[in-house]
Amino acid sequence: MYNRIKDAVRKKGLEALSLLAIVVLWQLVADLIIKNKLFLPSFVDVVLSFSKVVKSGAIFTDISVSLLHFGIGLFLAFIIGIPIGIAMGWFKTVNRIFDPIIEIIRPIPPLAWIPFAIVWFGLTHQSAGFVVFVGAVFPVIINTYAGFKSVSIIYVEAAKVLGCTSDRALIRYVALPSALPSIAAGMRIAMGVGWMCLVAAEMFGVSTNGLGYKIWWHYYLHQMDFVLVYMLLLGFIGFLIDRAFRHYLDDRLLKWRTGVVM
Amino acid sequence: MSRLTVTNVSRTFKNENGAPTSALDNINLEIKDKEFVCFIGPSGCGKTTLLRIIAGLDTPTSGDILLDGTKITVPDAKRGMVFQEYSLFPWRTVIENIAFGPKMQGTKKEKSLKIAEKYLELVGLGQFKNSYPYELSGGMRQRVAIARALATQPQVLLMDEPFGALDAQTRNTLQHELLEIWEKKNVTILFVTHSMDEAVFLADRIVVMSARPGKIKDIIDVNLPRPRDRTAPESNTLRNNVLKLLAREREK
Ligand SMILES: Nc1ncnc2c1ncn2[C@@H]1O[C@H](COP(=O)(O)OP(=O)(O)OP(=O)(O)O)[C@@H](O)[C@H]1O
Ligand SMILES: [Mg+2]
Repeated sequence: MYNRIKDAVRKKGLEALSLLAIVVLWQLVADLIIKNKLFLPSFVDVVLSFSKVVKSGAIFTDISVSLLHFGIGLFLAFIIGIPIGIAMGWFKTVNRIFDPIIEIIRPIPPLAWIPFAIVWFGLTHQSAGFVVFVGAVFPVIINTYAGFKSVSIIYVEAAKVLGCTSDRALIRYVALPSALPSIAAGMRIAMGVGWMCLVAAEMFGVSTNGLGYKIWWHYYLHQMDFVLVYMLLLGFIGFLIDRAFRHYLDDRLLKWRTGVVM
Repeated sequence: MSRLTVTNVSRTFKNENGAPTSALDNINLEIKDKEFVCFIGPSGCGKTTLLRIIAGLDTPTSGDILLDGTKITVPDAKRGMVFQEYSLFPWRTVIENIAFGPKMQGTKKEKSLKIAEKYLELVGLGQFKNSYPYELSGGMRQRVAIARALATQPQVLLMDEPFGALDAQTRNTLQHELLEIWEKKNVTILFVTHSMDEAVFLADRIVVMSARPGKIKDIIDVNLPRPRDRTAPESNTLRNNVLKLLAREREK
């Protein structure tokens, strides 16, 4: 038992110490130098506010609403982006048709779509999901496309001489698994971008819940300690999603890769 | 039964500026059923190109290739190929790699795995069944590649310097194994090599090629009894003769 602790300290001691130091420093600066809860709420303030939103249950609705928006956007981005990327990567003609359209739409920042999202979908969850989708779909398309482009010809030819000759079979059995690391990287980027779009998408008030919405709302009430609670939550959940996704991939789908994934 | 006929095959590549390179020039060749033929020649003489055309992966500029009287145009599992580079699917385990061919032929999953297991035993790698290719050495990978090519029961096995990247020891072992398999499975083998030793040890006939444009320079019958002794005087004489042929080729 003692040894276990010693081991843990040796392995993660410095990291833990660094976090602890920043918390202490934050508390001291807030208490002794700034002395203004609006400018910088202290660590203790934030912890207290956090326990309040947990007690009221607000935090759980907020998280689930945000995950709903995020889920709609990402789900659509995957089921639309991956097939488009595949078709573009495998068939030259499809690439020539889609490429100019994508190159024109892609540079438009996703948040610029908010007015249209509202006009088309109203103040609904779908509307927030749409903004997330616009942010997430391009990294998915582009990485899927790139993954398909870099499928080694040797694997395709090896498959052909083994009797795997139709486009469909080659895509399914050769190109897709071979491009999977790149597609997965695209999905990860998409999740990052989507998570960022989420806050803005919720700020325009599609519902009265959601992590992003609450940041704005508490800001109006000048409750900066709550703003900080929601900021930290966004960071933390974003981190967890990324971790879980990566874990899943490494364990399940990309076992065959030698090095570190991504 | 499965006779391979190469008639007037030429292949010219054009680069982006339209400048042509003649990789193969008027190749004529007849290969008997169950024959073991080695191709040898300087780098760039079109050995890979010829094998790819026979596999159906490339189309000749002119001429045609018949297998049992049927013209070859597209790849199919009648002609297996072991590539110059490592070509195992890295995302599939060893057994799944070998089972791929049967599976593509429409064989049921369990049955394909059964077949795969049989061929894995044949190349002596039973215990690596569930390993991924990155976990295997170069020699093991080529063994698996051979097993994979054989699992579809091809009539012709095309091998493009399959042992080129291996050390001499491993190479010798694999040559032995290959001959055993060849005798057991009764396939026709077309084998490209850079090594005179290899050709003299393996082949019924050696096709010596010359470069730019790729042509057949000579075809040598190797009438040495099997199993062959690498150090026998007959082997040495033969080797020397072919080496002289090749040396003259290089001087040109
Ligand atoms: N796809 C291609 N496009 C253009 N030129 C090619 C192509 N493939 C082969 N060539 C040319 O054809 C010639 C023969 O190539 P090939 O790969 O068949 O040689 P090789 O005899 O297999 O050589 P090595 O022993 O080095 O493997 C070379 O000059 C090469 O540059
Ligand atoms: Mg070659």
